[in-house]
Amino acid sequence: MVLCLGGWAAGASANDVQGRNMAAACSGCHGTYQGAHDGVAPLAGGSKDDFVRRMQDYKTGRKQANLMHQLAKGYTDAQIEQLGSYFASLKK
Amino acid sequence: MKRRQWLGWAGAGALMPGWLSGCTTPLSASRAKVVVVGGGFGGATAAKYVRMWSDYGIEVTLVEPNPRFVSCPLSNLVISQVSDMDDITLSYSTLVKRHGVTLVPERATAIDADKRIVRLAGGGELPYDRLILSPGVDFMWETLPGMATQAARNKVLHAWKAGPQTLALRQQLKDMPNGGVYAIAVPLAPYRCSPAPYERACLVADYFTRVKPRSKVLILDANEDVLSKTAFFKGAWRTRYPDIVEYRPGQALSDVDAASNTLKLEFGGEIKAQVLNVVPPMRAADIAYQSGLATANQRWCEVDFLTFESKAIPHIHVLGDAIQIAPMMAKSGHMANQHGKVCAAAVVALLSGQSPNSTPIYNNTCYSFISKDEAIHVASVHVYDPATLTMQPVHGAGGLSRLPNEVEARAARAWGLSIWADTLS
Repeated sequence: MVLCLGGWAAGASANDVQGRNMAAACSGCHGTYQGAHDGVAPLAGGSKDDFVRRMQDYKTGRKQANLMHQLAKGYTDAQIEQLGSYFASLKK
Repeated sequence: MKRRQWLGWAGAGALMPGWLSGCTTPLSASRAKVVVVGGGFGGATAAKYVRMWSDYGIEVTLVEPNPRFVSCPLSNLVISQVSDMDDITLSYSTLVKRHGVTLVPERATAIDADKRIVRLAGGGELPYDRLILSPGVDFMWETLPGMATQAARNKVLHAWKAGPQTLALRQQLKDMPNGGVYAIAVPLAPYRCSPAPYERACLVADYFTRVKPRSKVLILDANEDVLSKTAFFKGAWRTRYPDIVEYRPGQALSDVDAASNTLKLEFGGEIKAQVLNVVPPMRAADIAYQSGLATANQRWCEVDFLTFESKAIPHIHVLGDAIQIAPMMAKSGHMANQHGKVCAAAVVALLSGQSPNSTPIYNNTCYSFISKDEAIHVASVHVYDPATLTMQPVHGAGGLSRLPNEVEARAARAWGLSIWADTLS
């Protein structure tokens, strides 16, 4: 990063900004930075492996959810890995 | 420091990462000014995220005349006497206190794009480096001559902007005698929130079932079929409300006679009902329209989907329901919230001399109630396609509910709490 923008991502690589941008799209339901509501999985500060496994379960159809199995299919494996890394880097 | 000077510094910084790498204060960003017009799902989200993602360096002023945020999503539950206004009304105070957004409780009346100034109804002016316009929609009243007067508009409600009309329509339905007819007129797409008229029909029918079961719901749809969640809505009308709901497609209005509670249909015929609910054709709100931003059919604002910058006027970003949508992109609160974050990231990048994200990806999640206790959803994922220079739905992703149920209704209410928090706190 050229400038010190993004307090929590100080010193982060450009990839982290991309991770941040992708993760922000999840926040509308998952409350990425404020905490999740009733029945919605919290994402910040969780294990990367757990996130990736759950997303892959939804993506491949091993597990059904109300809705997440539909959204998970929209992400590439690389994007799921990147999201997992980003969420794992956040504080709970 | 003047704006151009600041941009010069940012440019210099790009050549001197070592000089900046140890900085604790984003000195350059501290001078940039962003003005956001419109504190709905798009504008409030953009205001918050520009502050957050600039490490609270960029000054953000939010211009919003309404004292509180009132959510259109979930407002049909208020109209159908299930929820109260308090349940969908939120404060802007966290944006101010936690995020340092400067709130200007006024109406923006004009934009001077050459001078980069927003003019306010009270005579004030707000200079900007980047303007984020999230003005929502206004109604094309000229298509319905009988609705030209305030008296007509006070009587025949749209309730398509959550607020006083939400409560007024709720009251009209409460006052309507058992055995009366509620008629809702749906405009041709595109309009704000395509499933909402059908959800409203379901929830009003559910209310009638509980409280005044001899009453009817008549849907006059200018479109040839239900626009969203079609099988679910039609299934609900057929199986749950067979004696209450009547759906008539291809029924565009030519006019309204408010005095006699009469809808006049384009292909002849008139409909009288005790409660008329006319959702008029709509376009980008006045400030966008009058500023020359509504270049698509003189209705919607064309934008670059990497930045939401207007294709007509530089340094002005337009988002939310006012834009010319990408393929399969909903005009929804959820989508406006997503626009707000993509736009915020781009504005922060541009004001820092960086390139905006070239591969945005985001989703839409849209719940509709088919009774007070059961809901359905449609979901989709959208990614930027460099070949077509727009957002495209991801093939194979997204979809509909399996069945209407109570789990989805709880999810819909949880969605409301989450997205209000993401937008406002």
